[in-house]
Amino acid sequence: MGTVALSETKTMLTLPGDAVRQILWRFADRFDLQMLVQSARGVARGTVARLVAAGERNTHEWTQGKSEMMEAFDQAGVTAAFMEPEEGGFISGPKNLALSLAAFELAWVDGGAATASLAGFLALAPIHERGTAEQSRHYKQLSAPPQLGEDRKPWRGAFALTEPIPYVGVDTGMLSGKMRVAEWKDDEEPWLQVDKRGRFITNIAFANFVTAAVNSDDPRIKGSCVVILEETDEGIYDHGTPTKKLVHQLSSTGDPIFNLKVPASRIVGGYTVKDGVIVPNYNHGEIIEAVFRRTRVPVGVMTAAKLLSAVEPVIRYQRGRFRGAEGARPGTVRYEQGIQQREDALHRLVDVWATGEAATSLGFAAARLFDKLDPVEKRKTAILKESGIQGGRNEMKALKESEQKAMELLAMKPNDPRRVELEADPLVEYVLMDAEANVICPATKLWNTGHGTNMMREAVSLMGGYGITEDCPGFLANKWMDAQLEATYEGPEAVQRRQLTITMTTEVFLAEFRGWMAEMRRIASTGPGTGACTLASAMQLWLWTLNHLQKSVDPDGGKLYHGQRQGVTFALADALCWILASRCQILDVLELEAQGVNDPVASEGLKGTVQFLSDLCHTQAAAAAGEVSRICAELVFGYNQHPAWTDEGHQGCFLASELDELEETMPGISAFAMDVISADGSHPQKAGPCAGCAGSSEFLRLQNKLTMCLSGSRLAKDRAAETVSKVMIPEALDYPA
Amino acid sequence: MPNALHIVVCAGIVPDPLQTLEPVTTAAGPGLKNEMVLPAVLDPWASSALYEAASLTTKNPGSRVWLVSLGPKAKLQAVMMTIAQKVAFELVPIDGPIGGFPEAHSTAAVLAETIAALPGLDRSHLLLFGGWESATRGAGVTLQLVGEILGIADQFQGVDQIDLREDGSFEVLERVEGGKHQVSVCAGTPAVLGWATGGLAEPRNNPQIGMANMRTIMPALQKAKVAKLEANGLSYVSVSLPKQQRTTRVVKDLSPDEIARELVEWIGAE
Ligand SMILES: Cc1cc2nc3c(=O)[nH]c(=O)nc-3n(C[C@H](O)[C@H](O)[C@H](O)COP(=O)(O)OP(=O)(O)OC[C@H]3O[C@@H](n4cnc5c(N)ncnc54)[C@H](O)[C@@H]3O)c2cc1C
Repeated sequence: MGTVALSETKTMLTLPGDAVRQILWRFADRFDLQMLVQSARGVARGTVARLVAAGERNTHEWTQGKSEMMEAFDQAGVTAAFMEPEEGGFISGPKNLALSLAAFELAWVDGGAATASLAGFLALAPIHERGTAEQSRHYKQLSAPPQLGEDRKPWRGAFALTEPIPYVGVDTGMLSGKMRVAEWKDDEEPWLQVDKRGRFITNIAFANFVTAAVNSDDPRIKGSCVVILEETDEGIYDHGTPTKKLVHQLSSTGDPIFNLKVPASRIVGGYTVKDGVIVPNYNHGEIIEAVFRRTRVPVGVMTAAKLLSAVEPVIRYQRGRFRGAEGARPGTVRYEQGIQQREDALHRLVDVWATGEAATSLGFAAARLFDKLDPVEKRKTAILKESGIQGGRNEMKALKESEQKAMELLAMKPNDPRRVELEADPLVEYVLMDAEANVICPATKLWNTGHGTNMMREAVSLMGGYGITEDCPGFLANKWMDAQLEATYEGPEAVQRRQLTITMTTEVFLAEFRGWMAEMRRIASTGPGTGACTLASAMQLWLWTLNHLQKSVDPDGGKLYHGQRQGVTFALADALCWILASRCQILDVLELEAQGVNDPVASEGLKGTVQFLSDLCHTQAAAAAGEVSRICAELVFGYNQHPAWTDEGHQGCFLASELDELEETMPGISAFAMDVISADGSHPQKAGPCAGCAGSSEFLRLQNKLTMCLSGSRLAKDRAAETVSKVMIPEALDYPA
Repeated sequence: MPNALHIVVCAGIVPDPLQTLEPVTTAAGPGLKNEMVLPAVLDPWASSALYEAASLTTKNPGSRVWLVSLGPKAKLQAVMMTIAQKVAFELVPIDGPIGGFPEAHSTAAVLAETIAALPGLDRSHLLLFGGWESATRGAGVTLQLVGEILGIADQFQGVDQIDLREDGSFEVLERVEGGKHQVSVCAGTPAVLGWATGGLAEPRNNPQIGMANMRTIMPALQKAKVAKLEANGLSYVSVSLPKQQRTTRVVKDLSPDEIARELVEWIGAE
């Protein structure tokens, strides 16, 4: 027979397919999600890719083609993914993972398409999270795509928080949008006059309604709120001019102007009247927090998707680079491997791939956590309400006791009799999940988009000049630039770092973190090869550094770990993100290893797939360890004044005359003494005597250990590179360029 | 309901045509490299048959569509995540090998046996649909054989259109040489129609239809019977992909006439 026989192999056979991904990202048992993935993929690699290939991104205007894309989302069920079945959707229960999966598929081709779809959910999210039952039902029904046989145009929404400079942008305070009472007749619903200007508002070209953040400008209204504005309300509803953005051009963005009269029933979450004053049940800050904490996750997943989407086009480019040249005949290394003969090309692609895996694992872990948290949070609110406790601050106070119990549970031995009781306590469960969610959400948004953008540049560079052309398969240059927006909107990096500054130091989170450290060591001891041990050492160094910085001051006595000291807090937040991403990546691969055998498709060549993905984990863990080590060292030592060649500074130095004396009793000591002051006062050519640091020996011990933990990581990278040079890829990309 | 139809669509699954398809020898005979992990799709021409069937049933109330598919159960399930969203049908899965290498008579026998045993099927109203060829090896005989075994004499191949008439008869357009269609009128069911592309666009995925289909599809997959296909003496001497020939020239501003002339010349030179 004219075919070759297959040999038994431990190398990954093909790029990881759906069966593998479903296990890694834990939706192998969710048919609703698997269908959503296929649907979103169909629109992305069909309608969306054709629009991009046809140059539809070259205009800021809202075009027929872009509008058809929105309809394609409706028809494919992507829009309905946000709704409950009774609201016109098809997925029951929490939908964070669902929306993240849809965003992943759309961003695989174009970030703007993903944004256009997500922005509608963002507009509805304030109503979904905090709206009254009536508001929720009403606006979701209007926004639901028409069912089969129904002739109706769905409503589309926009979310308007950001305002023209100098008002709200990164910070959600400082609102200039205003509301006052327009009309208030006895025993009737009050009417509000709402005045709001938006900046960079997505979906605005066609939005039929807007959820807008405004402040009271009237003593008869208390505080701030989010209010729903409709296109047909009395007054000005000006969609504004399109933003001339260089990114995400398949979505609509503009600066709208609203001056509208609306009934007070449009206040999201409703209101009460106390002593003649309208008191919104939720201020805009509370609503925005509830919204962003969830919607930021799919944004992080978007950038992650781009990194993974770059793998196939880059491999194809690398392998085919020299085909057609004289001398590069089929069968020659030059023809078959192209640039993949070169180690650096492979290693850099491994880095991009490893980052993509880690970022996706982190993002989907966050999405899954919110799916779990949603019902637990509702239960917590109901329990506290029963005891007459409502509102952010009161709730926080009431949960103090549960926090103690949560920490007790985390420190408990497996066979402790109280374990069952604490594990069954819904408030303890909430406190634990909430502490994790408060860290993992900003971490996803920050690391995936920020570091992701940097790595997207690496991906572009692997395609050479082709990378920065419109013709580049996979639209890599667009994806690079687009990623910068993902790092900016819904709160840019500074906002995420600020949030982490607070949430990563809570007692509950740190207790969880310690547990994860032990978990990584356990993983390493039963199955080395994922870099889990390296990561555990990095975690230990990070924790030591945080502890140290929280107790340390600079030479002027200023506290080092302090909200205002972003040079410290932000850097530590960055370091933590590397750790979290790496951890999620490792946990996903373990899941694949455990569950893959039960799946007839994933089990095919499973060993090779697990080996490769583990090698990516190891590579990523080493990169994370390097970052953590660098950042921590800089923070621990960088705030010490370097000793100078002054009297005070060289107190610890030897004088040359002293050394001469010592040499008599300890021959050879001069060779070890580095900082020696000569009789004429001259000293070695350097900034000053070498610096010491309080507690530095423990830091250096941990850092040393971490450095040695890098053993094997480059071998893992070499193995991964070998696979990248061999893995089978499809003949052609499944979407046009 | 004179035109209430019972349409059985036979459709296998095939590797996604964009994938790298490399013939290899396996313990069970010829196969494709990494076949099990390659993403699969519903056989394209048979998909046309499914969409045409669904369209006929919406126009003829009381009709039913069964999709009979022989392939590895796990891969069938994955393909269903897409196909089940497109149109409504009842899946009749048969767990068996994928690909174009099993022997056509064995495959046809299993399919026919399964169809004959379908509960509720009225064979006098049966339209047996499928693709006129599969996108694998393209034996091009399986559907005819199924029809023969089931005793259906009226068979049409390369079908692009069917028009049902009030009296139960129907007109069929079959592809013939020269880009033309042959028009036939058939007095009524039962009949076999092997579809080419048909006239319908691929319906967009709609998860709502999918969720409705899934209620019956998942249990059906769970109890799918296992088919053992006999080789019937078939053996393969050699297996290879059709040779691709690509001669690219980049030219701009060539008129359609000139392009057509060059193409004809090129094809003529083959
Ligand atoms: C295409 C696009 C679509 C958008 N869609 C929407 C939408 O639909 N709805 C909506 O409401 N908004 C939307 N936005 C607005 C977006 O959320 C804001 O642009 C974003 O939050 C940043 O605000 P800003 O542009 O005012 O930046 P600034 O507030 O000026 O921040 C710029 C930089 O200043 C620094 N900085 C600011 N504050 C701090 C701090 N406290 N600590 C440290 N550093 C700090 C950081 O380096 C930061 O990156 C969109 C923006 C774009 C570009």
